[in-house]
Amino acid sequence: MPQHASVGRGSITVDHLPPDLARELYRHMRTARDLDTEAIALQRQGIFPAYVSVRGQEAAQVGSAAALDPARDFVFPTYREMAAAQAYGVDMVGYMATHRALWHGGLYDVAASRFGAVNAVVGGPVPHAVGWAVGERLRGDDGVALAYFGDGASSEGDVHESMNFAGVYGAPVVFFCQNNQWALSVPNEHQVAGGSIAARAEGYGMPGVLVDGNDAGAVHRATVEAVAHARRGEGPVLIEALTYRVEPHSTSDDPGRYRDGSETERWRRRDPLTLLREAVIAAGHAEEDALSEIDEQAREEARRIRDGVSNTPEPEGTELFTHVFRETTDEVARQHRTWKEEVEP
Amino acid sequence: MTELIEHTADTTTGPVVELSMQQALNRALHTLLAENSDTLVFGEDVGTLGGVFRVTDGLQKTFGTDRVFDTPLAESAIMGMSVGLAMNGWRPVPELQFDGFAYPALDQIVNQVARMNYRTRGAVPMPVTLRLPSFGGIQAPEHHGESLEALFAHTPGLKVAVPSDPGEAYRLLLQSVRCEDPVVFMEPKARYWDKRPVELAEPTEPVGTGRVVRRGSHGTLIAWGAMVHRCLQVAELAAEDGVELEVLDLRWLTPLDTDVLAASVRRTKRAVVVHEAPLTAGLGAEVATRVTENCFGDLAAPVQRVTGFDVPYPAGPLEPQYLPTIDRVLLAVQRTLEY
Repeated sequence: MPQHASVGRGSITVDHLPPDLARELYRHMRTARDLDTEAIALQRQGIFPAYVSVRGQEAAQVGSAAALDPARDFVFPTYREMAAAQAYGVDMVGYMATHRALWHGGLYDVAASRFGAVNAVVGGPVPHAVGWAVGERLRGDDGVALAYFGDGASSEGDVHESMNFAGVYGAPVVFFCQNNQWALSVPNEHQVAGGSIAARAEGYGMPGVLVDGNDAGAVHRATVEAVAHARRGEGPVLIEALTYRVEPHSTSDDPGRYRDGSETERWRRRDPLTLLREAVIAAGHAEEDALSEIDEQAREEARRIRDGVSNTPEPEGTELFTHVFRETTDEVARQHRTWKEEVEP
Repeated sequence: MTELIEHTADTTTGPVVELSMQQALNRALHTLLAENSDTLVFGEDVGTLGGVFRVTDGLQKTFGTDRVFDTPLAESAIMGMSVGLAMNGWRPVPELQFDGFAYPALDQIVNQVARMNYRTRGAVPMPVTLRLPSFGGIQAPEHHGESLEALFAHTPGLKVAVPSDPGEAYRLLLQSVRCEDPVVFMEPKARYWDKRPVELAEPTEPVGTGRVVRRGSHGTLIAWGAMVHRCLQVAELAAEDGVELEVLDLRWLTPLDTDVLAASVRRTKRAVVVHEAPLTAGLGAEVATRVTENCFGDLAAPVQRVTGFDVPYPAGPLEPQYLPTIDRVLLAVQRTLEY
């Protein structure tokens, strides 16, 4: 499939999905969408210093995260994986705390969630997925690591090194690239030599799959197959989900300086949420009323998360010093005392 | 008052064997792999070959290819993989082959390894010990003689250990790998083949304690790694002229043992810090500041620094002119005595 071909398809199908799963995908995408809207509002109100929208990428994230088993797999996100976190079952008040700048990595329990800390180094967590997956195999367990990264991060050395390592070790990793076509202001044609990220898989000895990232059912199926492949011990898989970043890179960004609004509008009209809703009804997986009920529940859930994160207390200053080391040092302890004497409110 | 402290009280009783530092490190890794089945040793050429310095010699044969394995050649991925292994409950002991090749891995070391416990508020500890053959003195190619300790010591979340002799290497590596925090373990290449009687015993002093290697009353030489031996040579020569120098081996650069520094300099009133790294913003500046902060009233002279120069690490023939020489350290001692 040529890179931009998926733009033209006006409908998707979820006939292949069990009805309850199709409705769950819809619920998570709807919740993520509403939460995204709430988050942008919180940024406008000055409660979030900044925010990075996931709008338009909900199918890529929910479709993939829902293909994993949160009891035995592990997700390695970067910083634009809110919808994936929602679908994976992460405590979303704790997740959104990162956007309120309460704690860089978020306030959810990374170990219990099996969902890595929010990480601002694009590509940085990808080798972590490889290490985790190698460790899983060494122990004889069958968990799969899924690493999220974007088209920008696909240029990072860490991503290439990771694919090579995973290929050499046959590690159970799903490399999941959300190609949203813009690395801040730089488009694919100035980012991705050869025009395809999926095609690079061949060079690393793994299957490469290009999937319509706005088609939740297609993303889910591709990821289920990739996870099964990795779980069977057949090694890593690279998935490139082609989607589009319809919002600015962050609330501090001005896309008018680098892209044509008409292209963005075209992608906005190909909204993954609308596509899924129509497909769920077309497949007979739910009636309009049932989806409207989910819409209402999603709105409530987004509000609950919004209120939760707005009301989360700021961290105590003493936490500056708490987690630097497991076994603290005299010097950090001394500086902690200095903070108490000279800074503590 | 001269007292050569060959083997400090920093041990319990154990068998004494003659070992080079590289052999002592091998013994320590053997002990560590045997005592904890979560411990993994990996890196470039550490498996079949046994490492370019043979520190991991025979470990793969004994512990198998699951526990001791070769990696592809990519330092950043080696450290990134260490993070993931630690997240999955393992205790990684990666090796990066030479100091200068830690630079390609710095993002993972500084942005990931050092911060993961902090970022996750203690949910994901990083008991990673990076073994890094370090420092100069072996006429190696470019990027094989660098001293990166100030960089690591400046990074919150990392501990930094530097052994100076085989016994220290054995004990410090045991402590580092057992430590729940990430440790950069800098092995002084120039001392790898130095053989000493080593007591294969458990360390008894806590992480972050320096040690007095030689007692003296006229001044204190402060060093780590191969420069400890250099300072002992200086102290021998000075003693012939009646100048009794105390020699400190810091061993841990994070945590840095301010107490041992202060206790020594309060008695001797003079301090010379010696390191291989360039002068400016080197760890000697931190040591000098801690001495000054704690012993200002006792000092008879400003703290002297004898270090490498602020130039890129040179090729073989110039190496002896770059590294602190015995004469330069003696001159610095003289300056403190004549101040």
